[in-house]
Amino acid sequence: MSKLSPIIVGAGPAGVRAAQTLVAHGLRPIVLDEAPRAGGQIYRQPPPGFYRSKKKLYGFEAGRADSVHQDFAALAQQIDYRPQTLVWNAQPDVLDIMNTTTLAADNIAWQDIIVATGATDRVLPVPGWTTPGVYTLGGAQVALKFQGCAIGRRVVLAGTGPLLYLVAYQYAKAGVQVMAVLDSSSLSDRIAALPDMLGQPALLMKGMYYMAWLMAHRIPLKTHARLLRVEGEGQNKHDEHVRAVVWRRESMTAAEPAIGPEQTIECDALGFGYALRSETQLADLLGCRFGFDAVQRAHLPERDKAGRSSVPGVYLAGDGAGIMGADAAELAGERAALALLQDRGVQIDTARADKLEQRLARIGAFRKGLERAFPFPHKWAELADDKLIVCRCEQISAGELRQAARDNHAQEMNRLKALTRIGMGRCQGRMCSSAAGEILAQACSIPVAQVGRLRGQAPIKPVPIGMHALKSASAPVSASPSTQQTASVFHVALAAGEDE
Amino acid sequence: MKQRVTTDINAGPKRLSADVLIVGGGIVGTSAALALAKAGRKVVLLERDLCGSRSSGINYGGVRRQGRSVSQLPLAQRAHRIWEGLSDLIGIDGEYVRSGHFKLARSAADMQALEAYAELSKPFGLGIELISGERLRQQCPWLGGAVVGGSLCPEDGQANPRLVSPAFAQAAQRAGAHIIERCEVREAGYDGTAFSVRAELNTGEGRQSLQVRAASLINCAGAWAGKLAEAFGETVPMFSGHPNMAVTEPIPHFLPWSLGVEGGSIYCRQVSRGNVVLGGGRGYAQDENRARSSHDAILALLPQAVDLLPALRHVHIIRTWSGVEGYLPDRQPVLGPSSTQDGLFHGFGFCGAGFQIGPAAGEVLADLVMHGRSDIPIDAFSIRRFQSTLPVADFNLASEPERKIQ
Repeated sequence: MSKLSPIIVGAGPAGVRAAQTLVAHGLRPIVLDEAPRAGGQIYRQPPPGFYRSKKKLYGFEAGRADSVHQDFAALAQQIDYRPQTLVWNAQPDVLDIMNTTTLAADNIAWQDIIVATGATDRVLPVPGWTTPGVYTLGGAQVALKFQGCAIGRRVVLAGTGPLLYLVAYQYAKAGVQVMAVLDSSSLSDRIAALPDMLGQPALLMKGMYYMAWLMAHRIPLKTHARLLRVEGEGQNKHDEHVRAVVWRRESMTAAEPAIGPEQTIECDALGFGYALRSETQLADLLGCRFGFDAVQRAHLPERDKAGRSSVPGVYLAGDGAGIMGADAAELAGERAALALLQDRGVQIDTARADKLEQRLARIGAFRKGLERAFPFPHKWAELADDKLIVCRCEQISAGELRQAARDNHAQEMNRLKALTRIGMGRCQGRMCSSAAGEILAQACSIPVAQVGRLRGQAPIKPVPIGMHALKSASAPVSASPSTQQTASVFHVALAAGEDE
Repeated sequence: MKQRVTTDINAGPKRLSADVLIVGGGIVGTSAALALAKAGRKVVLLERDLCGSRSSGINYGGVRRQGRSVSQLPLAQRAHRIWEGLSDLIGIDGEYVRSGHFKLARSAADMQALEAYAELSKPFGLGIELISGERLRQQCPWLGGAVVGGSLCPEDGQANPRLVSPAFAQAAQRAGAHIIERCEVREAGYDGTAFSVRAELNTGEGRQSLQVRAASLINCAGAWAGKLAEAFGETVPMFSGHPNMAVTEPIPHFLPWSLGVEGGSIYCRQVSRGNVVLGGGRGYAQDENRARSSHDAILALLPQAVDLLPALRHVHIIRTWSGVEGYLPDRQPVLGPSSTQDGLFHGFGFCGAGFQIGPAAGEVLADLVMHGRSDIPIDAFSIRRFQSTLPVADFNLASEPERKIQ
């Protein structure tokens, strides 16, 4: 039986290396990517006609970025590359896709698929976070990398994680006045994490370089910094904008008594985020089994060392399956592609596969160190005021979530969603569900692992009702047996009228 | 903190006794529990998942009498009065509004069918108005497509099933019913003096066995009720259906009524938040307990939505869903006493149309348990209607205790 072309979703470092590996073994993968150009978020390329140098765009990563871009460009004739393509639904045998420019809908039958869907910022809201001028760290970075825009002229960057210092460095280098870097973690966290991180000295040195550079340029770096609120100004809500960020020294991880005085930093924009969260919706729709990952404090699709998920034919690579960073994503993309080839019965270089797994294991150890160096602000949920808006789409406050837990016995995320509308807005919980899970766990005094996760529901991102359905003539889609059966049973029954 | 529904059993005995044991925490089972508890009966309700999380919670949210078979209208009318007092009954309004339900005709033949229904249902006083021609165009400027007219039932409406169904469970609990969630029935039987049911409680940390004895047993186990009926020698030709649902982002209000179409296909309503809820076609089963909206059905539904409501063309779909509903071939529920076992009552198989009549079905079941009869005619829903297809040997097994539930 001839197999269909393997599918790769995402053209970041994991997807690009996966494609390259499949091509090297004689396959012609279909590469679906939301962005107009390959590179993912980390190596995002500017639109055509923008000519900033790679050195300027990617700094230390210029070499890696260039290699990913060049290698992908070289595959052009050997792959079926579909940029600006959103995969918005998945079934056991078919993916629904939409071109994000033409809004043309189509579908692709699949037999094996590498999911390399990347990550977004983990957002832990702060009062005033919906004020215009507040961005995630990743969003702030995308603005700079993609179109050479900064989020403001006088910018505060806050949260925790390696991205915080990288963005601060990139912003300062680009000529933006970085008013302060407010890190919720502390130097002692970093020192405690050193033993785990020494295994990857190059990555460690890069991080230290950013901090040293920022200090040398007299940019205030504050640790144990708790964001208290964002203040806005404006005549009305249409011209409201960030005016200042208020913070104080207060540990978000430990019961440290020393609380400093409130401090106000005048600024016109804030970028903030607390590490990254994986984009797992596609893996979920594909039926992958999930488990709670204590290090990343998230429910993630399960995978073996090679990237095989619990579903035959579904492979996971890159940050979409768990945050490991771009270098690991390249390795994992290649390893997942080798696993796919192995499962198709193609001869592969098993020594290479072993080596990739070893290198991924080393980066995994470093990742554990990073989580210690930039620990999750465990006290965020208990410190969150009842009035704090957690879900910005539906304007759901922490107090409403706690009330549902208290009065309606909601102890699980999907029940919380049903009762409060959290995660029912445009983002479908992509932005708010991490924070909501923390609030629910805090309100119920149970571990965050126990509150579960929101069930995946198509569409992965909103799609317009009027997208034209251009049925693919070349690859007719066979419905799953269950669908066929159900459809025939109901052909007659439906005539009776609408359901409730 | 208040007593928690799911964990309070940990503190209690592993053996429970009750006047009435109800299996299934959907809107029917919890309504029955509420009525029985208010009348002073000792009630235990076992729900395998969370109350109101299955078809009672995932349905479209139509609260509609119009279009129901005449045999269901007495039940629907009783439900209509219950819905009227919903806030007092369950403590929340559940976004219930008597917005009106408008059923569209796309052809002269469809319009004739609507006229015939209006005539047929007249004795029940649904207050149906037929609208067509110039008045249709004036009242419904948002309508597209080839609509020739429609039938408006002004006091039909809509509610939020996510809120209403769990609230019935909470109200029952406040009234004294003992509601145990995440508790799945494993064995059920009648030992000559009482029903005996063994269930397994998922405590989060592990599983705990639970034995419940009760004089009466009510089977409201939805799509899974056939198994419990089978334990008492009553085989029903049940099958599962999976609605295909979608919802848009919130948009300014334009749609006053809940809409349906004669002959089926699409139905939609705009909720108070502004989102338009759309349904039509069928989802697919992921397994026995879970379903999703299907690729084919979504792609079929979207053009129909634009055709019906052209304003939706550029509006985004933000979520789709489905669930598992119990169906019977004649599209009528089973509601009434068991044909094989005294003290056993069934209320299931509402064929995707149980949300409006659910609360009345629950009260009827409570009446049957307490008084042995109901004021509402329910003969049409008897489980006996399936008996002719069954071999006689399948009966007379009911006094045998502890039959396995798969």
